[in-house]
Amino acid sequence: MSDKLKHQEGRRKERLDRGIKVRSDGVYAVSSWREMAFLVSPRLLLIVGLLAMPLAFMPLPYWQKVLSIICIYSLLAIGFDFLAHYVGLVSLGGALYIGAGAYISALLNTELGLPIWASIPLATVLGGGLCTLLLWPCLPLRGVYFAIVSLMFPLLAGRIIEALDVFGGTDGLIGLDGFPNVYAEQYVLIIALLLCLFGLRRLVNEDVGLVFRGVMDNDQAVKASGINITTYKALGVFIAASLGSLGGACLAHIYMWAGISQFALDFSIIPIAATVVGGGGTLVGPVIGCLILVPISELLRDFGTLRIAVYALILMGFIVFKSEGLMTFGARKYNQFEHWVEI
Amino acid sequence: MEIIIYGVINSVTLALMALGFTLVYGVSRLPNFAHGAFYVLAGYICWMLLNRLGLPYFLAGLIGLAVVGGVGAAMYHFILERIRGMAISEIIASYAIGLAILEGLRWGGLKGGTFILQPFVEGSVDILGVSVDYQRILVVVLGAALVGLLWLFVNQTKLGLALKGMAQDERAAMTLGIDSDKMAVVAMALGSVFAGVAALILLPMGSIVVEAGYHVLIMAVAVCIVGGLGSWTGAVLAAFVIGFAQILTVAYIGAHWQVVVALVAIIITLILRPSGIFGKQKELEERV
Repeated sequence: MSDKLKHQEGRRKERLDRGIKVRSDGVYAVSSWREMAFLVSPRLLLIVGLLAMPLAFMPLPYWQKVLSIICIYSLLAIGFDFLAHYVGLVSLGGALYIGAGAYISALLNTELGLPIWASIPLATVLGGGLCTLLLWPCLPLRGVYFAIVSLMFPLLAGRIIEALDVFGGTDGLIGLDGFPNVYAEQYVLIIALLLCLFGLRRLVNEDVGLVFRGVMDNDQAVKASGINITTYKALGVFIAASLGSLGGACLAHIYMWAGISQFALDFSIIPIAATVVGGGGTLVGPVIGCLILVPISELLRDFGTLRIAVYALILMGFIVFKSEGLMTFGARKYNQFEHWVEI
Repeated sequence: MEIIIYGVINSVTLALMALGFTLVYGVSRLPNFAHGAFYVLAGYICWMLLNRLGLPYFLAGLIGLAVVGGVGAAMYHFILERIRGMAISEIIASYAIGLAILEGLRWGGLKGGTFILQPFVEGSVDILGVSVDYQRILVVVLGAALVGLLWLFVNQTKLGLALKGMAQDERAAMTLGIDSDKMAVVAMALGSVFAGVAALILLPMGSIVVEAGYHVLIMAVAVCIVGGLGSWTGAVLAAFVIGFAQILTVAYIGAHWQVVVALVAIIITLILRPSGIFGKQKELEERV
C-alpha cells in the first residue's frame, strides 16, 4: 500500500481536451469533414450497428431472438438510468413495468380483440400510467422510500395474481397475436429503442430536464421556484415506466404469452447491472451494458439462477472499483488525452 | 381468543424479522437490502453444520450467527464503506449482495422440503382453550427477551450508547470521538446477527427456502416504514399493528389477502403519516 502511494506521490494525471473536440464543440464543426465525422461517427456506429444486426444474425435464429431480448432490456435500462441519474429515484423493480406492459397488452389483445399495432402503444401508455399510480404514494417523499416500495411490487405482484387467481392465475394469458415476422419484431424494437434513446437524450437537455435534475439535486430550491416536485417526479416515473411497459408489451407478443414469470427478478437486476457497467447518467451506456450482459446471460442459461448471482457480482465489482462505467471511460478516451505531470 | 394468541405470535415474528433491518438503518442510514439474504444464510449454515458435520444444535447455531455477523461486517467494511454517502450506489450494492447470496444458494441446491431445522422442543400446550405448540411459545419468549436485551444494550452499555448517538446525530457523535465507520460496522454485524437469530428461532416452523429471504425483507421493510424508518420502538409497535392486521385478515377476509396487508399498510402510512408512527424527529427532513 505504502509502496503504491510512494509511486503516485509527486505526480498527477492531467487531462486535456483533444483539439478536434474543442473545435467540434462550436459552430465551426460544420466547416470540416473531419470535425463532422468526429461528432457523428460514434452515433452513426450505434445506429447503423443496431439496424444491421438483424441482418447479420440472419443465419442464427436463436440469436435473433436474443437481439429482441437485448432491445427490451435496453429500454428498461435507459428508463432506469434516466430515473436514477436525472430524477434521483432508484427503481429496484423494473419487473413491475415489464409485467404491467405484458399483462395489459395481453388483456387488450385477447379480451378486447385489439390488433397488435394498437395493443402495444396502448399498453405502453396504460402500463406507464398504472405503474405511476401504484408508486404515487412514495413520490412526495425524500429518501429511500421509492427504492423500497418499487422493490416490493414485483415481488408481491406474482403472489397476488397467484393468490387471487385473476388474469389466468399461474397459467398466465395465452393465445396472443405474434408479430407478422421476425424482422417486423426486431425492427419495431430497434427503432423504438433508438427513438427513445435519442429522444431522452434531448429531453434531459431541455428545460424540463433541468427541472428533473433540480428535483434530484436540490428539491427545496425547485419548490421555492413554485414548481410542484411530485408532479415532476410522477412525470419521470411515467416516462421510465412507459419504456418498460413498451418492452413488456413487445415481450408478451413475442412469446404470445403473458404470465407471472414476467415479474421475474432478471428484469429488475439486469437493467441495473447494465446501467452500472455501461455508465450511469449517459443513457447510451445502459444500451452498451445490455449488449454485453444479455448475451452472457444467454450463455449462462444452463446454470439457472446462478446467472443472477453472476450479474450481482459484476454489478458490485463495477460499483466499487469502476463506478464511472464503460461509456464514461470510453468518452473520456475519445475526447481527451491524458499524461502524467510532475508536481 | 385464538386471534389474540396467534396475533401476538405473528407480531413477535414480524418484530424479530425487522429488528436487524431497523438497527442498521437507524445507525448508518443504510437500507440493508441484503437483510433477507442473511436470514436465509444463517439458517443454511446452521443446517449444514447440523446435518453434514453432526455438530450439536447450540454450537451449530452459534457458529451460524458468528459467520453471518462476520459476513455482514465484512460486507460493510470492504464494500459499502467505499461508497458511503452515494445513496444510489449504496442501495444498488446492498441489493446486489443480497441477490448474489440468495440466488447463489438457490443454485447451490437450496430448495424447499429437504432443508428443515428441527424444532427445539416438540409438543403443544393448551392456553385458554387454544392449542399452541411449544416452539411458537418459545418464539414469543425469545423475541421478548431479545427486544429487552437490545434495549438494555442500547441504553446501558457504552457501545450501545455510541450507536444511539450515531443514530441521533452522526456529526455530533463524531465530535465526541465516536468513530462513525467503526460504529457502522458494529451496527451491520449486529443487524446481521439479529437476522440470523430470527432465522434460527423462526425457521424450525417451516423449511428453509430462498423465497423466505425475499419474504423476510418485505416484511422487515413494511414494519420499518409503518413504525418510522430507524425507530426501534416504532418497529416493535408496528410489528404488532401489522401482525394483528394480518391475523384479522386471515380470520375474516381470507388467507389469500394476507400478502396484500403489508403493502396496504405501507401505502396508507406513506399517504397519511410518511414518517411512521414514531418518526417524529425526521418528519421535516423526509417530507419535501
